[in-house]
Amino acid sequence: MARHRVTGTEPVGPYTLLRLERGGLDPGVPGQFFMLEAPGRLLPRPLSLSLAPPGELAFLIDPIGSGTEALCALGPGDEIAVLGPLGRGYRLDVERPLLVGGGIGIAPLPYLAEALGGAPAVLGFRDVHHAEAAALLPGAEVCVDPVLVTELIRPGHAVLACGPEPMLRAVADLCPDAQLAWEAPMACGYGACYGCAVEIDGELKRLCVEGPVLDAARTLPRVEAAACCS
Amino acid sequence: MLLLNASGCLDALTAPEVARQLDAFVTKTITPLPREGNAPPRIAETAHGMLNAIGLANPGRERFLAEQLPRLRELGVPLWVSVGGFCAADYADTCAALEDVAAIELNLSCPNVDEAADSAAEIVAACRSASDLPLFAKLSAAHPDVAAVARAVAAAGADGLSLINTLRGTALDRRLRPVLARGSGGLSGPALKPVALYAVSACHEATGLPIVGMGGVQTGRDALELVACGARHVALGTVLFADPGAPSRVRSELVAACADAGVADPDDAYGLAHGSSKSLESPARVTA
Repeated sequence: MARHRVTGTEPVGPYTLLRLERGGLDPGVPGQFFMLEAPGRLLPRPLSLSLAPPGELAFLIDPIGSGTEALCALGPGDEIAVLGPLGRGYRLDVERPLLVGGGIGIAPLPYLAEALGGAPAVLGFRDVHHAEAAALLPGAEVCVDPVLVTELIRPGHAVLACGPEPMLRAVADLCPDAQLAWEAPMACGYGACYGCAVEIDGELKRLCVEGPVLDAARTLPRVEAAACCS
Repeated sequence: MLLLNASGCLDALTAPEVARQLDAFVTKTITPLPREGNAPPRIAETAHGMLNAIGLANPGRERFLAEQLPRLRELGVPLWVSVGGFCAADYADTCAALEDVAAIELNLSCPNVDEAADSAAEIVAACRSASDLPLFAKLSAAHPDVAAVARAVAAAGADGLSLINTLRGTALDRRLRPVLARGSGGLSGPALKPVALYAVSACHEATGLPIVGMGGVQTGRDALELVACGARHVALGTVLFADPGAPSRVRSELVAACADAGVADPDDAYGLAHGSSKSLESPARVTA
């Protein structure tokens, strides 16, 4: 598998922006993801592309465990295996787009904003330190807990969102036509392991194949038969 | 030596370019009725392996035969069908419905569903009556005497063995709760390799049947070690998740691994670990 050299890392609030040489990889559609080798770990980590500068791929990483910590600790000249782009990204044929991001869920939004030729964004973070990452989306409207990002969503927009599950559920309630980027533990990212199954269209399906970006209507919780009869 | 995938570690219809690197493709286990599989989370990385609790998610026999098998045939890769169930008749009915595939692997050892009520030998005997296709019995190294199980399935008519399946394990999260929704799952990856080497050795000595060796193979050297212990063929499992190019890589690494070990090719290494005075099945005797 092709290995890609690290060109640099930079702190963005509590997160790290990891830049890699692009090599022969296609940056793909915003919302698609790549599997990045996590040095010292058995399994790679799924990460959506944050930025696609010429000749590079850049990923915003939250060091929440041993794999993401190892990725954040990489330095210029290190090399890792990268597979992608994988999965299905955002549909870009939307009118009046509004990007909605929460926490590390803002990761795919800078590349998405660029692909849309600039789009307004509303972002929510748990505190001001995490909110420093909003610098990746100049002009975005930002809120910090206890204000919720859903309070910043204005009607009349096509919402494209990424963030923690409670945020995505709240966005889906407000905007039934929204496109939502989900995450799930993945061993492979290309449909082999069946580890990332989540409820889609009322049954368990692989998020890496069906998503990670899904129309909100596809992720409605299934109605159990017993509930229908009661 | 054939290079296969371990059942459940590859979807050839989603990733045909990976399946085409193999000498044969082994399907996910097919059960009589469709199974959605276990609730998520289903996987957890561990120190030297991973746990999975997928739960034999599969479309069921009818849809597999009608929809998936015809598409799999178009790949042009020999097919092994992994068959599962909950009693001997479940297995035998699926075996009877299969024709024109390279082999059948009987999954007698999935740690993520309740055990089949019938013994491994009963299931193999029922399948033997139902099919003339080569039958490989996939056994678990969790059994205290895997060689005895191997002898029993050999006597019941198995043509070969697949060794080993995952071993049941648990991982806890930060708050000391199981990571997996099911609580436990099957451990795979490099942590299994010594267990696989032993089980292959013991069953090779016990039966002499052709064995598909698997468990923690990451490199060509790992594959060669399984062959030396008595595996005729080798299957790749967890390594496919991190490296979809693993079959081609392992095959090229085998050349150097053979040269390093002083053998001409993998078949030349077959059973080599048994050629020394050190028996792999019983502890060394100390003489006064």
